[in-house]
Amino acid sequence: MRSMPIRRGLGLLCLSIGATLLLCAAASSRWDRVPAKDHARVNPLASRSDSIAAGALVYRSHCEECHKADGMGDGHKKPPLRSDHIKSASDGDLEWFLRQGDLGHGMPSWSSLPEAQRWQVIAYLRSIQ
Amino acid sequence: MRLHVLRTFLIPVSKSGHFSLIPGLSGVNCRPLFVVFLSLFALIPTLRAQEKPYFVTYSQDLEEPGNLEIETKTALAEPGQSHRYGALATELEYGVKAWWTSELYLDGQATAQDSTLFTGFRLENRVRPLMREHWINPVLYVEYENTSGGDKTLLEVVGHDGQSDLAEPNAEARREHQHEGEFKLILSSNRKAWNISENFISEKNFGHEPWEFGYALGATRPLRTLASGKPCGFCREKFIAGAEMYGGLGDTWSLTLGDTSHYVAPIVGWQLPKGRLSFSMGFGLTGSSLDRVYRIGWASELPQAGAWFRSHSGGAR
Repeated sequence: MRSMPIRRGLGLLCLSIGATLLLCAAASSRWDRVPAKDHARVNPLASRSDSIAAGALVYRSHCEECHKADGMGDGHKKPPLRSDHIKSASDGDLEWFLRQGDLGHGMPSWSSLPEAQRWQVIAYLRSIQ
Repeated sequence: MRLHVLRTFLIPVSKSGHFSLIPGLSGVNCRPLFVVFLSLFALIPTLRAQEKPYFVTYSQDLEEPGNLEIETKTALAEPGQSHRYGALATELEYGVKAWWTSELYLDGQATAQDSTLFTGFRLENRVRPLMREHWINPVLYVEYENTSGGDKTLLEVVGHDGQSDLAEPNAEARREHQHEGEFKLILSSNRKAWNISENFISEKNFGHEPWEFGYALGATRPLRTLASGKPCGFCREKFIAGAEMYGGLGDTWSLTLGDTSHYVAPIVGWQLPKGRLSFSMGFGLTGSSLDRVYRIGWASELPQAGAWFRSHSGGAR
């Protein structure tokens, strides 16, 4: 009989910790993890006239198979790239994310692409928002 | 180019000029199968493969999840006091997860004035233990090999491997069975468009054989880092050039560099719309090494092959 209040207390404690963690996860965006110096970076190729066309070709070679030609993803595990989430990111956030990937969630690291091509993809992503 | 080199090196495997990678089928005309194989590559929606054009060295690049890469690696050489040969490793590489790639190799070889053999298979897994990109990125590699002594693919050089191992007649070499486990620590960095990779290899025959050690080092860079805005096949960004160096480091019974083989090999890769063509010419650095090893590779990727198989077998995506 005495263990009931203890169990109930423990249950409430677990519930409140879980709720706090969920609230924190919901409040934080993926971009919160980006280091400040990366976040502040600006696309050095944004002003070049051919960046979007070149980025489109790189996108077709590497990104289209998952995120689809229209950038809308597969509606399942591969998320859309035409979204508020991408719009709200800085150039530096996107470059950091492309470089790091998210291996745990199926996004490969694209550090093997030259940095210039990552910036070209970002120019293309901006153009399709 | 590859066919020409193969013809130059492989004649005459049999009097009829036919060859086969399946044991017991030498003399069978494989041309129709070859044509079907090429047609499949022409018809199915393949992508260019993304990995670096290394033949021996592994980098941190793993297969994209769900993609299947089909790659062939051909080694052509002529050991001293033996006949020239061509060895083909066909690799099926599948991205299980973004951090885990699994591969199956099927190996064979044909030796001039001797015979053609299927020399065995290898199963390997590569796993990235760290989910973030770092200055140096480790990848763990585990492989099981079930090959015969006739294997000449030279996918790694360990222990005191030398050209005398490649000079045995096929009839003798095929009697030796090798059940081996191989472990590699792959360290790799991508910096300023350069890829620099170091592999530390240890291999153990499950029979009463010592642990053998080896290494492979590689560096590559695209000739141009900026992509051009127009589709092109022969522009500089489509070419990756570099070099790799690999060799044996002895074994636990004789941990010396004596009688070990070492090679240095310039490499070049050409990204084509349907795949990647790569070429390397390795130069032996020691008396135990082959003088030269020519390598030709072709890699092509089937995008989201896993999802295709699941949808056609009625499974959930």
